[in-house]
Order: sequence, then C-alpha cells, then structure tokens
Amino acid sequence: MATKKNNTLKLKFDSARKLAPAPESKSAAKIDPQYDLFINGKFEKPLSKKYFATINPATEEKLSVVAEANSSDVNKAVGAARNAYEKVWKKMPARERAKYIYRIARMVQERAREFAIIETLDGGKPIRESRDFDVPTAANHFFYYAGWADKLEYAFPNRNAVPMGVAGQIIPWNFPLLMAAWKIAPALATGNTVVLKPAETTPLTALKLAEIIQEADLPPGVVNIITGAGATGAAIVNHPDINKIAFTGSTEVGKIIQRAIAGTPKKATLELGGKAANIIFDDAPLDQAVEGVINGIFFNQGHVCCAGSRLYVQESVYKEVVRKLKDRIETLIVGDPIDKNTDIGAINSKAQLETINKYIRIGQQEGAEMHQSSCSVPGKGFFCRPTLFTNVAQSNRIAQEEIFGPVLAIQSFRTDDEVIEKANNSAYGLSAGVWTDKGSKIFNMTTKMRAGVVWANTFNKFDPTSPFGGYKESGYGREGGVHGLNAYVNIV
Amino acid sequence: MATTDKRLEILKTYKIYIGGQFPRTESGRYYIASSNKGLKLANVCLCSRKDFRDAVVAARGAFGGWSGRAAFNRGQILYRIAEMLEGRKAQFIDELMKQDASRAQAENEVSLCIDRLIYYSGWCDKFQQLFSTVNPVASSHFNFSVPEPTGVVAAIAPQADSLLGLVSLIAPIIAGGNTCIVLAAHSKPLCAVTFAEVLNSSDLPGGVVNILTGKVSELIPFFADHMDVNAVVYCEADSSNQKMIREKAAMNLKRVSFYDKVKWAHEEGQSPYFIMDFQEIKTTWHPIENIGGAKAGY
Repeated sequence: MATKKNNTLKLKFDSARKLAPAPESKSAAKIDPQYDLFINGKFEKPLSKKYFATINPATEEKLSVVAEANSSDVNKAVGAARNAYEKVWKKMPARERAKYIYRIARMVQERAREFAIIETLDGGKPIRESRDFDVPTAANHFFYYAGWADKLEYAFPNRNAVPMGVAGQIIPWNFPLLMAAWKIAPALATGNTVVLKPAETTPLTALKLAEIIQEADLPPGVVNIITGAGATGAAIVNHPDINKIAFTGSTEVGKIIQRAIAGTPKKATLELGGKAANIIFDDAPLDQAVEGVINGIFFNQGHVCCAGSRLYVQESVYKEVVRKLKDRIETLIVGDPIDKNTDIGAINSKAQLETINKYIRIGQQEGAEMHQSSCSVPGKGFFCRPTLFTNVAQSNRIAQEEIFGPVLAIQSFRTDDEVIEKANNSAYGLSAGVWTDKGSKIFNMTTKMRAGVVWANTFNKFDPTSPFGGYKESGYGREGGVHGLNAYVNIV
Repeated sequence: MATTDKRLEILKTYKIYIGGQFPRTESGRYYIASSNKGLKLANVCLCSRKDFRDAVVAARGAFGGWSGRAAFNRGQILYRIAEMLEGRKAQFIDELMKQDASRAQAENEVSLCIDRLIYYSGWCDKFQQLFSTVNPVASSHFNFSVPEPTGVVAAIAPQADSLLGLVSLIAPIIAGGNTCIVLAAHSKPLCAVTFAEVLNSSDLPGGVVNILTGKVSELIPFFADHMDVNAVVYCEADSSNQKMIREKAAMNLKRVSFYDKVKWAHEEGQSPYFIMDFQEIKTTWHPIENIGGAKAGY
C-alpha cells in the first residue's frame, strides 16, 4: 500500500475498541415451522400442495417453510379480493376504512420488536436498521395513509377519485415489511382490495403482517398475502380480474410487466432500479459528505434501489475524499446482522452474492482499481466486504448497471456542467445526491438532476409524506405523500 | 390577346415542420389529401422513419432550453400562438371547409382552438402550484415535491377534429415544458401544416413542436419504440395499436397515454390533468440545522 502523505489522524477502531458481541434476543420473535397462504382472512393450505424453505442468509439455517402459490391459488386470492371489494370494502364509509388502517399501524407498533427481529433473521439486514428504520417507517406509512381515506375529495382538485378495484402487488426482498406497507396502505385508503406477494427470500414479515390484519379484524379478502417466486408473480400480473399492478423490483422485470399488460385495461405503477449519482463539490463539508456517501451505498448492504452507487468527486478534493472513504470503510463492522453493533449485515441470498461478486470481477477486468475493507467476514452465510472502485470510466459496467450491493464506483469531475452531464448519463433516474455548502449551487444541481428524489447534503432519507419514485427507466408512479394516492385511483 | 378577370391562384406547398424549418420529407414520397367528394387538395409529405428520427433529435435538442425557460415566458409564448392563430383565422376556416367542414363548424373549431391556447397559456405558471407539495417529514429536513416535464413526447394526433385535436394535444404538452413530435391527422393534414406556420411566427423556439404528416400505421411503431422518446400518446380506440404501443414503449419505459375517449370540443377536452400526464414529480430533501440551538417561540 502506498504511504499516505497527510496530517490527518487515521481513524483506529481495531485496537482498544474491540466490541463484545451484543446480539438482540431472538426470544421476542415467534416463527412458526410452516406458513400457509393468507386468503380471505384465513391461512389456507396451498392448492399447489407445495412449500419452499426460507433461510437466514447470515447462517444459512432454515427458518421456516412457506407455501408456494400456483395459478389456482392466485385465482382464489383474486376471487376473494374481488368479492371483498364489491361486497364490503368499496361500500364501507371511508372513515371506517381509515380506522382499520389505523389499527394495523398501531399493531405494527406494538409488535415492532418482533417484526424487527424477524426482518433481520429472514433478510440479513442489521437489526439496528430493521429496528430503527424499516419497522417504524412501515407503521408510520399505515398511519399516514389511514388519515387520507376520508379526505380524498381534497386531494384531486375539481375531480372525484374512485378506486380501481383489485390491486396485485409484487414487492422485493430489500425492505420486505416496509414495501408491503408502501403498497397496502395507500391501496386500502383509496378503497381498493389487495393481493400481495412478498419476495421468495423474505416472506416472513409479510406473513406476520397477515396475522396482524387478521387480528385487526379487517373484512376477509380485503388483503390477501400469498407467497411464491416469479411464477406466482406472473400469475398475478396475468390474472384477468386484476385492475392494477403495483411492482417494485428490477427494471428488467418491470419491462416484462409492462409488456404483459399491454392490450389489457390494467394500469401499473413501477418502482424499479437505479444508479444514483452522489456528487461532492470542493466546498462541501467533507466529513459530513463522506458519512453521507457511506450511508448512501452501504445502508442495507447496498440493497437499495436508490443507493448512491456512483460517486462523483470534484477534482481538487478527490484524493482527500477517497482517502477518507478508505479509512471509513475500515471502521465498518461486517457481521451477524442480529448483533446491535453490526453496520453491514448479510447479503440477502446466495444468488445476489454471486451477482455482486460477478460485478466486482467485471470492474477489475474493465480496468478499474478495487479497494476493499480488510475486515474479516463470518465463515458461514453470505457476506461481502465494503468495496470501492476508483479509476472508473463512465462507460464501465460498474458505472452503468445496478449492482445492488456494497460496491461504489468513484469518478472525478471538474465543472458543474460536466458532472450534470455525467450524472444524467444513465438509463435510470431514481435518485441523486449533491454535497455543497452553496445554496444557489444546490438548487441548480437539484433542478438539473433527472431523478425523482434528490437529496442535498443528506442521503437515503424516507418519510411517508415524501413522494418516492423514478424518472426514465427507474419506472413511473409515486409512493408516499399525496402523490402516492394517484397510483390507486381513477380520476373522473 | 385574350384577357381574363380570373387571376391564377398560387397553390400552397404543404411541407413538414422539424426543428423550426419546413423541409420536405427526406423520403421524397407524398400522398394526396382530398376532400370527401374526391377533390384533390394537396400533395402532402408521406413521412418516413428517418423524418421521425430527425424530429426526435430536434425535440431533444430543444428540451433543455424550453424546459429551462421561465414558466411565465412559456405562458406568453402560448398566448402569442393564440394571437397569431386569431390573425389567421380566415385561412384555417378556409382549409377546414376544404376538408369538408361547414362554415359554422369551421368557425367554431378555430375559435375553440384559440380559446384553448389561451386556457393553457394561463396554466403555464399555475399548475405547478396546484400539484406541488411541501411535505411535513418527521425528521429535521425541508422537503418539497414539484412537477417537472417528462421530456420528449411523441404524439399521434386524433384523426377527427384535425385542428382542435392537434392543438388540444400540443398545448398541455408544451405548457408543461416538454417538447414533442406530432403526427397530423392523415386524411385532414392541411391545418396541421398551416398551424406549424403559426408556431413558427410565435416566438416558439424551433424544435419544441415538430409536425409530421404521413401514415399512422407506418410510423406508429417508431413513435413507440424510439429510445430517446420519454412518452407517447395515442388518441384512437384501435386496440391492436394500443397493445403495440404499450409493448414497444416498455423498451425504455415510456409513459403511455391513450385519449380515445376524450371529446375535444367539450369542457372535458381541457384540464391541468392533461398537463400532468407529461410531468414527473421530483422530491428534494435538505437538512435543517438548528444553528445556535434556537427553540420554537423565538
């Protein structure tokens, strides 16, 4: 390693600061050995008669088995949702609808610890994140949209908003409970009924949410939660009695969905991939910016569609920022996600780890320079060290394609115009970040970024009141805020 | 030498409108537009895929400047378009009548077009306020959401209401800061070309609106699958075309709008929701620093 010429003290966390394990107790979480499909208010055995295992990616141990819904099961769920829509939900006074959603919000809050533990066990994310971010934000989302149910006439000036009917919702594995909340809450508030499918690697918190929905006494069929993989998702997308598809996942699958529903009256909102540019100007508070970049790419192991996976640093501070980043990743604790000290947990699945490693190889083959933290990783489970690439060209695949892992591609720039051009030179347009101390520059940059969410001097912040969604190939439609209601109503 | 009172009329050449210029189609092809009675009205450009691609280049080139203009300025330009149309009313009425409208129908259609432009002129600097929000996030951040133009829009104008449909389609697209390529009604293309002349004399920057004439069935696949187009709009109920548009639009996830049920001559033919069909919502976050620890109640 080249000797560093600087006067700044290097952060040292490895000597006297050895942290003792601080695991969260798993006893608060009850996971059944087997889960069935939640259809029409009841847990029912799948017509497919098939089950598949869901594992803890940090230990590769089996947590439970869940039902695999086939097209007959999907048909049953859609039928239940249609029946509930026509007979109960669309006729119910909006203020009553609201109270059911409030109930769900409260029950998620009550069982927050249990949800956080299961989220971490099933998905691999650090318990600190599931406890402090995923679960509370999910509860807040229900609480926020509950209040909209009886106020819709104020949301669409000079128009009436009417529900679409049955919504088919397909969600990813990176924020399993939170994505379920983002989908279910606005759909119910606007008077739709729901068939939701969680991702096959992270079905447990959605099924726990089904328990809450049952306990909240929501009319049977208003929310149906069915598990399975791609084939189950396809059966939902192609079911003729579904009015609306809401999908969060890869751009590739988003395109397949748009093609599949062509020629049908189905509507869609798609929240897809991203390759966000995070831009540091030379007048930015650098330590704060470095923290933001770290959070931007390593939050949730980088399994974030809006992750700041491309970093652009102004030339005059480039060396300093890269050095600070290298120092900082040395201090990140990679390990058991259930440990409260862990910063970076387990990669969600073996397949995803292989994808990330493939891109790490591609980055090196394309001539970029790799730097990884020297930390140790557990022998079992799926882990990836925080990884930086310098000497990256704009055309490199690691600068163009979504990796969905803890891998940051760093480039430098000289002028504002240059970095605007480079940042927008992407098929994606989900998010962007800007770091500078100058207010007028912030507004120039945030206005010029072709992206749906722009964080200035911050990154990866989310709130139920704040609309989220992409430009270009990052999809269409918004989730959150008053704009999120649009996704589930016809305006007449 | 025999003389006659009747002077020989100068016939108009109907060309297309790309990037503020009036070229002929690069393909050199034409078709004959005629009235219902079979009277030949004009040789009209039969545009090709290449013409469309040229128009997309022009529209993309104009997008930065047009979307970056002050909303107030866009409003003034839409107003100017209405002024120019008002001044050339007679010509449009004449062309509509050649294309089989009665005088009353033609007068009504042109008046509606002028009023519609005025209507959207007014929206240019107002819809943002209606559809923007300041979001009360729970953390210490200032957070707001505003509409921004989607980009380059490829539009296939309605076959009926050849002028009103065209104007009703273009106005909300450009009022919102987008640029567009519009395919005029196939059998009644005269007014579309003349409308391009109105646009050209209205301070509208070249490339913001590009107008092509030609066959819908030939050009529609290119409108839907061009990778530098951000949205596509189609106004007929033809279900196989609708299906194809949605399929091809998936290539780069274009926003797709179908206006087959809109009655352009009615009140429902105009609203800010047409503007919003070609807008994206952008949310911006910035931390709020509590400098000096000042508390509420200062």
